[in-house]
Amino acid sequence: MNQPRVWTVSQLTNHVQQVLEEHAPFQDLWLMGEVSNLTRSSAGHLYFTLKDSRAAMSCVMWRSAAAFLSWRPQQGDAALAHGHISVYAARGAYQLYVDRLQPAGRGDLHARFEALRDRLKAEGLFEAERKRPCPPFPRVVGVATSPQAAALRDVLHVLRRRYPLARVLLAPTLVQGELAPPQIVAALRALDARDDVDVILLVRGGGSLEELWAFNDEALARAIAASRHPVITGVGHETDFTIADFVADLRAPTPSVAAEMAVPDQAELRQRVADRAAQLRGGLAQQLGQARRDLGEQQRALQRLSPQGRIDGDRQRVDEAVHRAERALVHRLALHRAALDGAGARLLALSPLATLERGYAIVRRRGPDGSEGLIVRRVDQVRAGDGLVVQVQDGEFGAVVGGES
Amino acid sequence: MNHHSQEPDLERLSFEDAFHELEAVVQQLEGGDLPLEEAIALYERGMALAGRCGQALDAAELRVQQVAVAGGQQQLGFFLDEDEPPG
Repeated sequence: MNQPRVWTVSQLTNHVQQVLEEHAPFQDLWLMGEVSNLTRSSAGHLYFTLKDSRAAMSCVMWRSAAAFLSWRPQQGDAALAHGHISVYAARGAYQLYVDRLQPAGRGDLHARFEALRDRLKAEGLFEAERKRPCPPFPRVVGVATSPQAAALRDVLHVLRRRYPLARVLLAPTLVQGELAPPQIVAALRALDARDDVDVILLVRGGGSLEELWAFNDEALARAIAASRHPVITGVGHETDFTIADFVADLRAPTPSVAAEMAVPDQAELRQRVADRAAQLRGGLAQQLGQARRDLGEQQRALQRLSPQGRIDGDRQRVDEAVHRAERALVHRLALHRAALDGAGARLLALSPLATLERGYAIVRRRGPDGSEGLIVRRVDQVRAGDGLVVQVQDGEFGAVVGGES
Repeated sequence: MNHHSQEPDLERLSFEDAFHELEAVVQQLEGGDLPLEEAIALYERGMALAGRCGQALDAAELRVQQVAVAGGQQQLGFFLDEDEPPG
């Protein structure tokens, strides 16, 4: 009788692991199921369960693989996982060690997306140098989207609020479904063909990957690349990237943001206008102030150079001359007066009156009419009987000429 | 509408043209070296331009038109109401 073999837990677990790992189909398999119990460790590893209606399978995706996920798996997502089966010995659990994870049913779309993206990128369609700047003040904003969509309302709302000066040209198109891509291309071309269009918005609201799929069309990508006018895309939500986004000159996370990027904000513009007006006032005030200062300086210079100074100087010299002349005159008068006084004294000395004092007398012949006549100097001037006037020191007295002498 | 004191050419100036000229005027005035009379004339022109800019913004109403697109989207049969408040 054979002794039954007794395993230790480790031995058995090791053996199971070995068996599983040696079974080639388990080492390279695709597993489809619904994602549940999804947790992401702080280290970045993903732990989840793939299940269907009757069974569940533990899955691990190490950070090294999880970091390259092109989508964010959610609870309840149907997913397609690739990896190998092994055992987690500590819990005696067999698990799928996942190295690739795709949304189930979209795996094909994803592969096509990545292939097209890589191809167009290799062609250089996404290069930053290709991106054209948008005009700062677009007069005409072309919008290619569905006229019924909320995206259009959002865009018009933003444009109306920010920059009502713009004119909107709507090119209506389907934005989802198989018929959409050629329509979007036609709408884009219709806008691009117009010379008055300044910038083109290509927008669509949020949706599933399939609903946004029209924007991953190669013909659309090439139409965007070929457009004459800059194209801004706003497709889906923040996390959604489409091929159109990569080719566009500007990619906005949402339609509203696309509209914001397309036009300036009138509140900001009003502020800028007010700032310029303030600068104008400041500039003029400065110029006036400078002019005033210049004027003051010139006035002072003028005062320094003014003939008024010379006139004042001349006037002073005239005054001085007059003054000197007056002084000279006074002096001369004094001299004259002195001379006059001297002459008077001499005159006095010579006066006959002084002689009379010494005892001499002056004799005048009285005329027949009684008037005093000539001074008698010689005898023959008189005859007997003539009346004479004799002047002595203290007066006169009459006399008569006597007989013959 | 008030048209007082604005030159007729100003009324027809688009916002962006008025704004660009305003910027140029500011630059010129700030550059200095202008005869005072010219500076005052520039200032007056600049203030008129600033007024025109505000007026253009005040008077603006977003116009929405539709272009024809080859490829038959007429069947969409939408109705675009420009006056509808955005929802």
